[in-house]
Amino acid sequence: MSIALPRKRRRKLKGEPIGLYIIITLMAIVVGLPLYLMVINAFKPLEELLLFPPRYYVMNPTLENFSNLLLATNASLVPFSRYLFNSIFVATTVVVVSVLTASMCAYPLAKSKAPGVNVIFQIILAALMFSPLVTAIPRFLIISGLRMIDTYWALILPAVASSFFTFFMRQFFEAQPSEILDAGRIDGAGEWSLFWKLVMPLAKPAWATLTIMAWQSAWNDEFGPVMFTRSEAMKTLPLAIHTLYAGAGLARMGAGAAAALLTTAPSVIIFVFLQKRVIATMAHAGIKG
Amino acid sequence: MATQVVTRQRPKPGFGTRATNTWAEMKRNRAAYFFMAPFLILFFAFTILPVLAGIGLSFTYFNVLQKPHFIGWSNYALLFLEDDVFLKAIRNTLLYAMITGPVSFFAQLGLAWLINSLKYRVGYTLLFYAPSVTSGLAMGLIWRVFFSGDLYGYLNYVLIRMGVIFEPVQWLSDVDTMLPIVILVSLWMSMSTGFLTFLAALQNMDHELYEAGKMDGIRTRLQEFCYITLPCMKPQLLFGSVMAVVRSFEVSGVAVALTGLPSPQYATHTIMTHMQDYAFIRFEMGYAAAISVVLFITMFGLSRILFRVLKSN
Repeated sequence: MSIALPRKRRRKLKGEPIGLYIIITLMAIVVGLPLYLMVINAFKPLEELLLFPPRYYVMNPTLENFSNLLLATNASLVPFSRYLFNSIFVATTVVVVSVLTASMCAYPLAKSKAPGVNVIFQIILAALMFSPLVTAIPRFLIISGLRMIDTYWALILPAVASSFFTFFMRQFFEAQPSEILDAGRIDGAGEWSLFWKLVMPLAKPAWATLTIMAWQSAWNDEFGPVMFTRSEAMKTLPLAIHTLYAGAGLARMGAGAAAALLTTAPSVIIFVFLQKRVIATMAHAGIKG
Repeated sequence: MATQVVTRQRPKPGFGTRATNTWAEMKRNRAAYFFMAPFLILFFAFTILPVLAGIGLSFTYFNVLQKPHFIGWSNYALLFLEDDVFLKAIRNTLLYAMITGPVSFFAQLGLAWLINSLKYRVGYTLLFYAPSVTSGLAMGLIWRVFFSGDLYGYLNYVLIRMGVIFEPVQWLSDVDTMLPIVILVSLWMSMSTGFLTFLAALQNMDHELYEAGKMDGIRTRLQEFCYITLPCMKPQLLFGSVMAVVRSFEVSGVAVALTGLPSPQYATHTIMTHMQDYAFIRFEMGYAAAISVVLFITMFGLSRILFRVLKSN
């Protein structure tokens, strides 16, 4: 055994393409650089931010920037925590409601032969082929017609209506065997209990993908808050940060970086936890021609 | 129970017309419609209806305050014949799309393939994917420092140190560098849904196929990739390419975050920002709707063409 182990290891190393690692690591450094800058600037004290030439590391990391961020925005009427709450509330609701509505709609789309089902799926598929942004104007008019301007509804409902979510779930269900459902039907289960007892538990791995996609689309949504909100208290994090810091000079660079980090971190953390399941299910997004 | 069994039986053929058969089918499947209803109501209200309404509005003059009135093709005539800024927006959008669309598609595919052949994938996947989950608006703050026009700008500093340039460049307000920078930043953010889909497809490949390929005389990794891997992941490729088209034409968030709206001399003005400009700054909704319709037709048309091409191959 003690001899077999190193040999096995050596063979593995030989099989591992070292050249590939070098190429991809170089690329990773280039891609990671802006993220790295964001992180170090967020923790740099003011004197280090103003150093010339700029340093690529932090000497005395501090949380000053984060506290400045909270204080600076406290001076305006809306506290920073409100933006954070808006973003978290909207994104979480979009995730939960999307998982529900998309799964519910996708189940018959994949498994039912009811008249019209195929036409509906073709329409949803067609809707993947343009950005919802091209419908911004009538959407705005519809939302103001429904008197939803400046409410959470305006940020949540259009995001839930994304064709991708339902398309993806439908593709996922399509790939699942129908036998288990037939068995359930023979046992006398109604569609409603079939859905909750068999279909939804089956769909759990796909929820991960849906969660990350829905979270991102809502969390990073730039247009919804710009178009559908009026008051400062309804703004979400990215928009608030942009308006607060876009024109700010070097002195507030640290707070800007802290804000950017705060906006990016949740999405990255969620992805870290879901990555395995996302990779396991994401292939279902394929479109069979 | 007994009644349920009866209602679930198909009506015998030959009884009644086809329409009543369909109606009976629909009644039999009513549960399916109940399941679909919540999403479909939202989908209709916020996607289908807006597309139709947008097409309708594009033929009107509408300034939000007064009722829209019909003006025929005037908006379109104005758009293509007299609006010089729109022509510039088209040029910028096409330039942007022709670069970011193909480059992001092949970069996503290539990187997914590279990562898939490594043993330590998790960290690399996360790192390449992370830029796409950053917010364009928030990340704009970092880019502004990076591309800042004075000596404090990181890029200027590095390039001057290296002797490439001798004085600081106004990266974000120089007409020649603005669009390339917007393209670069968008590419940085583009390892998104398509990348994950490709990676997922590669990792779920059936390894027996590779074994079979070896029997059939496939020797190099490139041959393996072209003759086995690619054909197997055609559905994912189709999805990824449609997403790349759509994303490459919807550019605006990054452009606005970096260079403002409207940008200096309209250097990063795109069809999308032109639409925003008219809709939410000038409140000429009819005209803005016409711009959206042009964009809609471009995206949808290109995606359909891709669909046809990839389907037949």
